[in-house]
Amino acid sequence: MTTFLDALTWIADPANWGGAQGISARLLQHLAVTLVAVLAASALAIPLGILIGHTRRGRGVVVALAGAVRAIPTLGLLTLLALLLGVGVEAPLLALVALAVPSVLAGAYAGIESAEPAAVDAARAMGMSELQIVRNVELPLGAGVLVGGLRAATLQVVATATLAAYTSDTGLGRYLFIGLKARDYPQMLAGAILVAVLALLLDRLLATAQDRASRLAHSTEGTP
Amino acid sequence: MTPSRTALRVVVATAAALVLASCGSDPLSGDGDDGDAIVIGSQDYYSNEIVAEIYAQALEADGHEVDRQFRIGQREAYVPEIESGDIDLFPEYSGPLLQFWEPDTEARLTDDVYAALEEATPEGVRVLDQAEATDQDSYVVTREFAEKWDLTTIADLAEVTDDLTLGANSEAESRPNGPQGLESAYGISVDFAPIEDGGGPLTVKALKDGDIQLAIIYTADPSIRKNDLVSLEDPEGLFLASHLVPVASENIDDDAAAVIDEVTAAMTAESLLELNQRSVDEELPAKTIAADWLASVDLD
Amino acid sequence: MTWLENNSDWVVELTIQHLFLALAAIVASVVLAVAVGRVAYVRPRVRQPILAAASVVYAIPALPLLIVIPLVLGVPLRSPTTLVVALTLYGTALLVGTVVDAFSTVDAGVRDSAVAMGYGRQALFWRVELPLSVPVLLSGIRVVTVSTVGLVTIGALVGISSLGTLLTDGFQRGITSEILIGVLMTMALALALDGALVALGRLLTRWQPRRRRRARTPLGSTEVIV
Repeated sequence: MTTFLDALTWIADPANWGGAQGISARLLQHLAVTLVAVLAASALAIPLGILIGHTRRGRGVVVALAGAVRAIPTLGLLTLLALLLGVGVEAPLLALVALAVPSVLAGAYAGIESAEPAAVDAARAMGMSELQIVRNVELPLGAGVLVGGLRAATLQVVATATLAAYTSDTGLGRYLFIGLKARDYPQMLAGAILVAVLALLLDRLLATAQDRASRLAHSTEGTP
Repeated sequence: MTPSRTALRVVVATAAALVLASCGSDPLSGDGDDGDAIVIGSQDYYSNEIVAEIYAQALEADGHEVDRQFRIGQREAYVPEIESGDIDLFPEYSGPLLQFWEPDTEARLTDDVYAALEEATPEGVRVLDQAEATDQDSYVVTREFAEKWDLTTIADLAEVTDDLTLGANSEAESRPNGPQGLESAYGISVDFAPIEDGGGPLTVKALKDGDIQLAIIYTADPSIRKNDLVSLEDPEGLFLASHLVPVASENIDDDAAAVIDEVTAAMTAESLLELNQRSVDEELPAKTIAADWLASVDLD
Repeated sequence: MTWLENNSDWVVELTIQHLFLALAAIVASVVLAVAVGRVAYVRPRVRQPILAAASVVYAIPALPLLIVIPLVLGVPLRSPTTLVVALTLYGTALLVGTVVDAFSTVDAGVRDSAVAMGYGRQALFWRVELPLSVPVLLSGIRVVTVSTVGLVTIGALVGISSLGTLLTDGFQRGITSEILIGVLMTMALALALDGALVALGRLLTRWQPRRRRRARTPLGSTEVIV
């Protein structure tokens, strides 16, 4: 319990917030790493998920692949990538992208698939092109589920982005490693608390986005 | 199938899994209360595990019963277990262990460190003889870099006009032999890049890639020779002498201590380097390397 | 692959340790998540707080959790208990939402007819609700299983042996094939357990295809299958 109080005191100390190694800088770095990883994973997984969800083809293969990727231990992937790419933020970033892809992919195809076949058929009967169907029918209807996938991925990435500090001078993970190695447990716990708070803030933000997106789906229902 | 039978199956399957799992915790939980067996621990460091395995096989050959508790993380994890007597024998390194017990120690040279260590060792624990073999932190540069700036000691780094970045574990940043020590003892200022592999392959790669110019690597690490790196001499004594030294509990009687002393006497600097090299290059398990070495020095 | 030839015994030993650590955490997660999820389902008032707490737990980075648990429980840092408790926390947090969803999928009509047939609360849970929620529950358990098997590896950072030891040891020694074997064996173990769960699911839900078959025949579509 005292460790916990010490950790809170450490966070409350303004002296720990400024400078290149201060909390503000570390928070921003952590946020940046998380955003880049989730965005990169989205650029890869969302189009693929839409394609699978829309055509309903290749689902088995991709689901199996995503399952296999999910089963890769992040620590192992990181060490392999680090040996390959050297120090810097690249190796942890790639490992985080791999961590995020399965969740984003699952959200994307489940979202598109969740559009009612009747609505899709009606749109097709009205003469919409496949691209229009995706954009005007399936995406709005599945947006809630899709954002749900992004939310799950973000939560995982924020907590795991601490590993970026394993090979580079980046993010809140620095406090964990310094604390662990120097047996400064209050500092380590402070880092953990900051990561958890950041994760929860992002989660709330995405939960709101998810609600909005789901409402969007309901308001479009019946329009085609 | 009726729901009740399905439910029954769920229960049975869960129970079976629970039983499986509880059996599983058994072989995993080594508390080391294995009767009179000598409990030997090792760090989570391949070189240290080989030495611990050598102790184990030597004691077994002498008729002692041994319980191996290897790969116990870092010093902060296992030292309390040595102090409490849960672990009887542990291969350690004189300098870092002294610094663990006495962070402000002034001792630097081999014999001073050993004497101070004997002083600092808590009740119920003692250090046996130290070996000639050392495994200590050293500042390392690439051969190319050393030749370009004509470097042999750390002090020569003062002549380097390029920016210098030191790559090492995070804790080095705040320790007296990190960037602060370079500044105060040698007047050399460096940037710091944390790499959390303890001078391992990632650090070596960063050196060769030119991401860092200076690294802290153990002197007994085969990668120094393999990658043609140069350890800089340390005339101001930033790093403590760090000889291989067994830490023993009261459970180690004179007979067992004599066996370990014999091993220690045979453990030359070259031996340790060779053991490490076999692990890294021939990819052999600690058991094989230990057995071969004991045979080579007639202690099997 | 010299390394594998020289160290195959060790790989087998670590795989078994890895399996037991993962199984203990998975089983504990399922039991705990079903219990907590059941409470959340039955009492809507506590549902939001419980689900919020679950996302808090999931947001804690693993490494500090491994350090904090021994401080709280008073067990040694390198005790397998530490790792199993940490992984159980993650697993439960990951699964609890799915458990609530799973109970929600049980048809209200089915529940009512069971009550009408005289099922008590206990019997309703064990004989109707739990078996019928198996398909959704299982999908959640599969995710927890795969992620838990992967997470066991982090124990290696604090000295708890598993296939993760091959990752840290291989890294120290610079033996890429050792790391690769560690990664591949972890994946194989995860996928094998996942396969076993799929098989178990088929066994536990033999009622399901029958239901679908009947549903497809026009005459049987209105039949209620309990």
